[in-house]
Amino acid sequence: MSDTAQTVPTQSYLNHPKGLWTWLSTRDHKRIGLMYMYLIMTAFFAAGVLALLVRFELLTPGRELMGADMYNKMFTLHGAIMIFLFIIPSIPAALGNIILPLMIGARDVAFPRLNLMSWYLYIIGALFMLFSIITGAVDTGWTFYTPYSTTTSTSVISTAMGVFILGFSSIFTGLNFIVTIHKLRAPGMTWFKMPLFVWALYATAILQVLATPVIGITLVLLAAERFAGIGIFDPAMGGDPVLFQHFFWFYSHPAVYIMILPGMGIISEIISIFSHKKIFGYRAIAYSSLGIAFTSFLVWGHHMFVSGQSELAAIIFSFLTFFVGIPSGIKTFNWIATMYKGQISLKAPMLYAISFLILFSIGGFTGIMLGTLSVDVHLHDTYFVVSHFHYVMMGGTVMALLGGLHLWWPKIWGRMYNETLAAISAVLIFIGFNATFFTQFFLGTQGMPRRYYTYVEQYQPLHAMSTHGSWVMAIGFLLMGYYLIHAIFKGKPAGPNPWGALSLEWTTASPPPTENFDKQPLAEHGPYDYDQVVAKPTA
Amino acid sequence: VIDTLGTAWMPAPASTMAPDIDSLYYFIYWLSIIFFAIVVGATAFFIVRYRRRGAATTTSGVDHNLTLEIVWTAIPTILVMIIFVWGAKDFVRFYVVPAHSMQINVTAQKWFFTFDYPEGVNAVNELVVPVDKPVKLLMSSKDVIHSFFVPNFRIKSDILPNRYQIIWFEATRVGSFNLFCTQYCGKGHSEMIGKVIVKTQQEYQDWIDQASGPVGGESMADYGRKLYTSRACNTCHSLDGAPNTGPTFKGVFGRTETMADGSTIVVDENYIRESMLEPTKKVVSGFQPVMPTYQGILKQQQIDALIEFLKTVQ
Repeated sequence: MSDTAQTVPTQSYLNHPKGLWTWLSTRDHKRIGLMYMYLIMTAFFAAGVLALLVRFELLTPGRELMGADMYNKMFTLHGAIMIFLFIIPSIPAALGNIILPLMIGARDVAFPRLNLMSWYLYIIGALFMLFSIITGAVDTGWTFYTPYSTTTSTSVISTAMGVFILGFSSIFTGLNFIVTIHKLRAPGMTWFKMPLFVWALYATAILQVLATPVIGITLVLLAAERFAGIGIFDPAMGGDPVLFQHFFWFYSHPAVYIMILPGMGIISEIISIFSHKKIFGYRAIAYSSLGIAFTSFLVWGHHMFVSGQSELAAIIFSFLTFFVGIPSGIKTFNWIATMYKGQISLKAPMLYAISFLILFSIGGFTGIMLGTLSVDVHLHDTYFVVSHFHYVMMGGTVMALLGGLHLWWPKIWGRMYNETLAAISAVLIFIGFNATFFTQFFLGTQGMPRRYYTYVEQYQPLHAMSTHGSWVMAIGFLLMGYYLIHAIFKGKPAGPNPWGALSLEWTTASPPPTENFDKQPLAEHGPYDYDQVVAKPTA
Repeated sequence: VIDTLGTAWMPAPASTMAPDIDSLYYFIYWLSIIFFAIVVGATAFFIVRYRRRGAATTTSGVDHNLTLEIVWTAIPTILVMIIFVWGAKDFVRFYVVPAHSMQINVTAQKWFFTFDYPEGVNAVNELVVPVDKPVKLLMSSKDVIHSFFVPNFRIKSDILPNRYQIIWFEATRVGSFNLFCTQYCGKGHSEMIGKVIVKTQQEYQDWIDQASGPVGGESMADYGRKLYTSRACNTCHSLDGAPNTGPTFKGVFGRTETMADGSTIVVDENYIRESMLEPTKKVVSGFQPVMPTYQGILKQQQIDALIEFLKTVQ
């Protein structure tokens, strides 16, 4: 589409300075973000393979590959790796690190050394988890419910230690982003001229800083109980197992929003860019991010409707839960309204944004069912919950992450991927995802409990369909891996602004120079002013 | 016959609570379908109607509409409040036990349920109840957290080791229904499956009368065979020679087993009896000491019957 052939700059953050040590000691947010991305994608691949093995084992009620012990370890590792090593750091630490300073016209984050330290903490946390796998793995589920987790013979403590350290990595990243957003915005970029991805990262960072310490405290108490014999959660020592659940979900519910809020930010960017249209309800979307962040602290008890907490507590938590649903609904309506009178092009990032809209809506509606007290009693701890969770986390966060990767891949590497293959892979993943997980809504409603190694015969046909769906999804991901890596080396040059977008990261070269911008950029117009400015696409 | 598949969604209702839960479920279900149709329909329409033709130009600057925003905030808020109140009202009923209920004590442990009746009868993994009578369950766990879930009744409650959990139901149909543990509890979690057998009043009374011993004319070995499944021995011990969580029962009587400490034991009546009452005292090499004691669960006559049964498994 461009008149003049684009070239990739000969010198950029990718190749200047050279050498492995310059990467391992770098303070450049783009390099740190990229190093995060390598590790996070490795974790995603490993936990994805575990998911395929777990699904394969469930093809029939009998034994396919492994016994019950191995199966329990596999689903625990799938969950723990996906949650703690992949999805929590995925968008903020990888894409956020690379894009946030570029988006606000800054040279780097506020504390570059702290940023590097976050990355090393991530590695140390990951090593602890690797150590626990080598020493017999863990079979508690990613939720570590007591007293099972305090009595099982598997490597609970090294896993918990890993999660504890990963928590600090997350806290430091959050702290860094809060200060960066407050202090380093380009001249002219007022709070309400910030791109919505920045707002979303800001709300996420607040959650990371305030909620993550609680899981640290919980895991320390768990260790104190196991090593020092202090009865906190284990009834055999005078503790209370429900107390653990309160602690755990006080962190892990806000953590769900640590996972989804940045994804919502990416969706806001993609829908505006590819609708070529000013975002609808900018302030509503920005405020609803903060509203979600705040409300998410008040709803943890909805994970515990049948756990033995008081009925009054359950009723209050159910009431508050519905109010965390409203802002998500408002965002969805705003995204759709943004498309009105736009000029919509269905490039790969937009395909993922549409996947997100559809899948996240289903995740939201089924969330209403689970938040409803009497209905949750039936659906709790069944495949309905498994499926709801995957619709929100994979249909939501992962689709947004993939959208973001396809949006910024040309910015990160300076080269385009094959758009035909990208569309094919997006469709394969969408079909495979629904075949895998929509069947699980049927399973759960019919009463199939989760975390079952074997099951009664009547559920077999639906399990088989779910397993077959996982294979379609896997093919989609393999194809994506191929064309994204191919693009790094052989893709055609993208130019600074392949999509004709208006936020600041598209005003510098692709890939950007180490110092991000040649001169201090100014926010002369808002990131969504498609009613006033047209930027010519460079690819 | 396990009668569980009602519709593609909810299993066939079989308790007084089920129809109310289902009404709300389907209310949310149809609301979701309407809103989903709006979301997908609007998205599809805009994609077609406003698709990009040629190079991009400036577009409409419309970026808010107060009326629209109030409407799409207020309508969902009102709807979810209706859903909340409806759900909370039904939820409270799970915990208000009718005064004339019969009580059954439920004990959960790795990996089976025990049911104790007021008449002194007990049962493992098979909860036999009369139809059309409210049943109160007083539940506790001996080890980790378990959960009691009967899909056809729409009831579920965790079972905790440090307190009683109370839940009640009233079955409306005679039949046999799945009972699942839904709180992850380790290796045997997925085999912690029982049945709720709903009988007519008369059949229930007959069952209570017979449950304390072998039925007239039944041999001890045949009675033992029934106990083998009804007391959940089959969860961990096979009859076909395949080792499971515990050693197989095939040819167990008279077999020489090597213990974890290296000593050997010839399996006789006394060793079997001891293994039921003090199962972790002498554990066969290669197996974990995870079997719970059957002290207080099996009566002397039942132990005798199981031993006679094991002698016949060759």
